[in-house]
Amino acid sequence: MSTARENILARLRAAETQAPTFDAEPQPPPEWGMREKRLRFIERMEAVRAEVIETSADDLATVLASWLASREVRSLLHDPGSRWAEMLHQAIADGAELPELIAFNREIELWKRSLFDNVDAALTTTLGGIAETGSLMLWPSADEPRSMSLVPPIHIAVLEEKQLYATFAEALEQQQWAEAMPSNALLISGPSKSADIERTLAYGVHGPKELLVLLLRDEDEEAS
Amino acid sequence: MVTKTVDFSARAVEALHNARLRGSFRDAMDDLIRKRLDHFRDETLFRELSGEGAAIRARALSRLPELLEQLERKLVSNGITVHWAEDAAQANETVLKIIRAHDSRRVIKGKSMVTEEIGLNDFLETRNVEVLESDLGEYILQLLDERPSHIVMPAIHKTKAQIAELFARKFPEIPYTEDVDTLTATARRVLRDAFRSTRIGISGVNFMVAETGTLCLVENEGNGRMCTTIPDVHIAVTGIEKVVEKLADVPPLLALLTRSATGQPITTYFNMISSPRREGEKDGPKEVHLVLVDNGRSDIFANPDFQETLRCIRCGACINHCPVYTRIGGHSYGTTYPGPIGTVFAPLQDGLKERGELLSASTLCNACTEVCPVRIPLAGLINRLRAEYAAPRGNVKDAGSGRSWKEAMAWKLWSAVYARPRLYQRLLNWGLKHRDRLPRELAPWSDSRAMPVIAEKSLHQLVREKSEADQ
Repeated sequence: MSTARENILARLRAAETQAPTFDAEPQPPPEWGMREKRLRFIERMEAVRAEVIETSADDLATVLASWLASREVRSLLHDPGSRWAEMLHQAIADGAELPELIAFNREIELWKRSLFDNVDAALTTTLGGIAETGSLMLWPSADEPRSMSLVPPIHIAVLEEKQLYATFAEALEQQQWAEAMPSNALLISGPSKSADIERTLAYGVHGPKELLVLLLRDEDEEAS
Repeated sequence: MVTKTVDFSARAVEALHNARLRGSFRDAMDDLIRKRLDHFRDETLFRELSGEGAAIRARALSRLPELLEQLERKLVSNGITVHWAEDAAQANETVLKIIRAHDSRRVIKGKSMVTEEIGLNDFLETRNVEVLESDLGEYILQLLDERPSHIVMPAIHKTKAQIAELFARKFPEIPYTEDVDTLTATARRVLRDAFRSTRIGISGVNFMVAETGTLCLVENEGNGRMCTTIPDVHIAVTGIEKVVEKLADVPPLLALLTRSATGQPITTYFNMISSPRREGEKDGPKEVHLVLVDNGRSDIFANPDFQETLRCIRCGACINHCPVYTRIGGHSYGTTYPGPIGTVFAPLQDGLKERGELLSASTLCNACTEVCPVRIPLAGLINRLRAEYAAPRGNVKDAGSGRSWKEAMAWKLWSAVYARPRLYQRLLNWGLKHRDRLPRELAPWSDSRAMPVIAEKSLHQLVREKSEADQ
C-alpha cells in the first residue's frame, strides 16, 4: 500500500492550493465568574437530563450513599486509589449503607461479561467541566479505565467546581492538552441518547442511562 | 454503496407522490431548522463562527499533503497503524486484510458515511464477514436492508409504526410496541451482547488532528465509544480531507458541527483517540488502524474551482435547508451524500456523465450556502457544475456530457438575437402581433405550470408611452 500513499501524496502535492482568507478571528472566551460558570454548567446538564448535586468533599460519601440507595444500586465500580475511595471506605467503616465497592483491577478481557452484566454504577473523577456546553472532561487511565464511564448503566462523576472552565477552547489551552494527549480523552455531556426513531428522544441507548454529577463547591471561594 | 442516477427523475417523481414520506421529511427538516436557528439567531455571531470554521478548514487544506504526513508520523509514534487507499476497492481490501489477520468473521460498526461510500458492508458480507451496524438508525436500516436517507439521521424516513412492526417481526419474543423507550431498550440489549463478544470494531472519524495524532468522533448514543473501546481491534476509516492542523482547531469546528447538524450545543460524547491501550491500561483496543481513503478527493483537491468542497465537515445543514431534498427525500439522489453537498460531491467524484442529472435537483435558492458552517458556496458550485455539464470545456470529469445540440442552438440563437437590437425589436413586434397563435404549451415546463399570458404591448413600448404622456 505504500504506492497508494505515494500516489495520493504526489497528486496532492502537484495541486495548486489556495488559502482563502476569512474575516474572522478566534472568539475570546466569555468572562464568566465562578457563580456564572456553575449556573450555566448546571443548567446545560439538566437540559440533557443529567442530575447535578451540589455538595462538598466532606458530605460526598453521605450524599452518594443516599442517592445510590434511592436507585437500588448494589455494586459500584470505583478506583480504590482515589481520594474519594478513601472517604467511601471510611464512611462504610462508620456504618454508612453503601453498595458493594468493586475495583477495575484486571484487564477487561478477564471479566467482560461480569462488567457488562453485574455492575450497576461507576464512580469516576474528572479533569474538569465546561460551562458553555455543560460537559465533563475525562482522561481515562489505568486506574479509571475508559469503559467505566461507558458500560455500567449509571455513571457518577465527581467534578470540583474550581475546575470549571468557560469553554472547551479555554480548558484545552490552560490544561495544555496538546502537550501530551492520553490514549483516550472524552467530553461527556449527559447520559447516552438517541433520536433515531421518529426524532423521539430516548435515553440510555448504548452508554449509561443516567449521569449524576457530584459538584464539589469550592470552599475557599465561599469563605472569601 | 450507491445506486446509479439513471433513474434519478423517476425516483424523485415517485418520492413526490409518497405523501407519508413527504410528511416525514417536512416535519423532520422543519424541526432541525428550528433547532439550529435557536443557536444562530444572532447573525453576526454565526458570521464570526463560520468565518473561523472556514478559515480553519481552508488553512488545513492549504497544507494538506504535509499535514497528512505529520498526522501519519504522529499516529505511528502513538502506536496507531496508518493505511492509505486510493479508491474504494483498496480501502475495502485493506479492512478485510486486517480482519483476516485476526482470524475474525464478525465486525461491529459505528456510524460512518465513508464506509457507506466505499460499500464496505456489502464487500465484507460477500467475503463471509458478518457486519453489524450499531448506531440505532443504521441498525434499523440494516434490519430492513435499506440505505440511509440522511447523513446525520439515517432512518429519518421511517415512522415509529414501521419500526415497531419491524421489531415485532425480528424479535417475536417481544410484544408489539410503538413505545420508543421499549424499542430502544430492545436494540440496547441485542447490541450490548454484540459489543461484548465482537473482536473488531469499525468507526468513522469526524476530525483528525495532525499536531497530536488524534482521531475525534462525535456522537450521542455511545455506540461509537463502544466500537472503539471494547473490541480488541479498532479500525477507523475516513477521507483524507478530515485533517486539521492543531488541537486548538477542534473546539470551533465541534461547536459548528453539532449546532448546525442537530441544534445541540454539544453531543453527548466527544471521543478523542490518540493511541491503542497503553502499557498498564486495562481496556481499550490493543490495535488501532486508520484507513485514509482518497476515492476521488485528490482530484477534487487538484481542481481549483472546486477545492473548497473539501472543507465540508458533514453536518448536513445544507441538506436540512434544501427545499428540493425536503420534497424528494434522500433516496432519490441515489448517492451516499444527498442534498446540496451530494449534488456537488457526486458529479466531482463519479463524473458528470453518471451524476450530471443530479444538478437539476436545486432551485439555486442559496439556503445551503447561507447555512454552511464552513462557508462552502454550494449553490454557486452547483451552478458552476451545470455550466461544466453543458459546455465541453473545463476540467471536471465528463464535462459537456449533458450538452444537447438543440439546447446549444437555442441559446446561440437567443444570444445572436439579443446582440442585435433591431432584429430583436422586429421579432418582438412580430411575436406580439401574433401572440394568439404562439404555442399554448411548452412541455415539460408547462406540465406543472400555467403558461403566462403575453401582454399586448412590450415593456419598451409601455415605458415609452408613459414617458411621452408625462412630458
